[in-house]
Amino acid sequence: MYEGAVQDLIDELGRLPGVGPKSAQRIAFHLMQADTADASRLAEAITQVKATVRFCQRCWNISEAEECRICRDPRRDEAVVCVVEEARDVVAIERTREYRGRYHVLGGAISPIDGVGPDELHVKELLGRLDDEPVEELILATNPNVEGEATASYLSRLVTPLGVRVTRLASGLPVGGDLDYADEVTLGRAFLGRRELGV
Amino acid sequence: MATYREQGIVLRSYKLGETDRIVHLHTQGRGKVRAVAKGVRRPGSRFGGRLEAYSHVDLQLYEGRNLDVINQAELLASHAAVRADFATSAGASVMVELVDLVAQEGERDNALFLLLRAGLQALDAGPADPAVFVDAFLLRAASIVGFHADTAACAVCRRPGPHAFLSVKAGGTLCSDCAPPGTRAVDPAVIAGVGLLATPGEWASLPAFARDDALAHRTAASYARAFVEHHLDRRLRGYPAVPRG
Repeated sequence: MYEGAVQDLIDELGRLPGVGPKSAQRIAFHLMQADTADASRLAEAITQVKATVRFCQRCWNISEAEECRICRDPRRDEAVVCVVEEARDVVAIERTREYRGRYHVLGGAISPIDGVGPDELHVKELLGRLDDEPVEELILATNPNVEGEATASYLSRLVTPLGVRVTRLASGLPVGGDLDYADEVTLGRAFLGRRELGV
Repeated sequence: MATYREQGIVLRSYKLGETDRIVHLHTQGRGKVRAVAKGVRRPGSRFGGRLEAYSHVDLQLYEGRNLDVINQAELLASHAAVRADFATSAGASVMVELVDLVAQEGERDNALFLLLRAGLQALDAGPADPAVFVDAFLLRAASIVGFHADTAACAVCRRPGPHAFLSVKAGGTLCSDCAPPGTRAVDPAVIAGVGLLATPGEWASLPAFARDDALAHRTAASYARAFVEHHLDRRLRGYPAVPRG
């Protein structure tokens, strides 16, 4: 146990995800030895993020304004909406520079065993957008695991009758991987999603 | 370090660190096993796709201090169709939730393993009404762990049935002498339905029961849920998500 302020800092750091008591102590001592300016910058960044960052009113991505950068951009295609589980998935897709549509962040995935149902996600807001915006295609980019597949299947059941084209991200072999190391499920999906090569 | 080989069905998994998962499995020889699967959240992981929930796998593990570590996994049945549909996935999630609840680490329970495998196979076939398989699974799993819903005799005095009264607490049907005053008699179709749901190995006639007598099925299903939740003293969190007729 340390003197008040040091122990308070260790306790607070220890509440962060993935930070145990030893790591919290190490970070606290690093901060104490760092320049006052560095520590102030970190404190300022935390205060700033809590004060200014909120969720986009339209797509639930993180944003500093009422609507996020992507929803405000008139060059983005309004007819295509990509549904993702978390805001960090938006960043992952943006890094590809392949997608020019908009997003909708669900805030998680359906997991009955954890008590997370459609009502806990931004599904109602998505249906509202399909009513209000000229959406022609909904790309389901939830994770290819049990929860993500259940969410995609649920949304597909819900949205297909509305006349919107529903697509799912392809899954298959990773670039640079070896075929004989691929598991049967992934390889099977790669076969199902095979495409014709242009001549 | 000691390695061992086991067949198991993946119940569920939790994220661990950056790329690992803790996987809960019900194995044929060692009951429930909790093991670490390293790097499986990375795209291109050698066996990440094989360790998705509901997969039936042949594993090689080595014993760790707290948790065992999976170092090889071969797929025996992926049950991928179960995961691809919301209704079957929700049904399977109730099955694995119950097994995760009742299975004990280090205690072999082959009957429960075979029941789970049969339940997942039934859902994998893409039934029109997956809920009836879930209802049957609940009563059959409860029976394996020691709580049998008896419809052949009175659950209190053992007088041979069929009887007209049904009790969650007593564990099956009650004769007119044992039923508390004021108990309402139940439609014989419901009693027969509960009996069918609880009969081990009887999967083929379940869809016809659900289709032909929807009302009796609904009542028998409520009984199955109440029976399991009462005797195991736990709420099944995934149950409300299973779509019903």
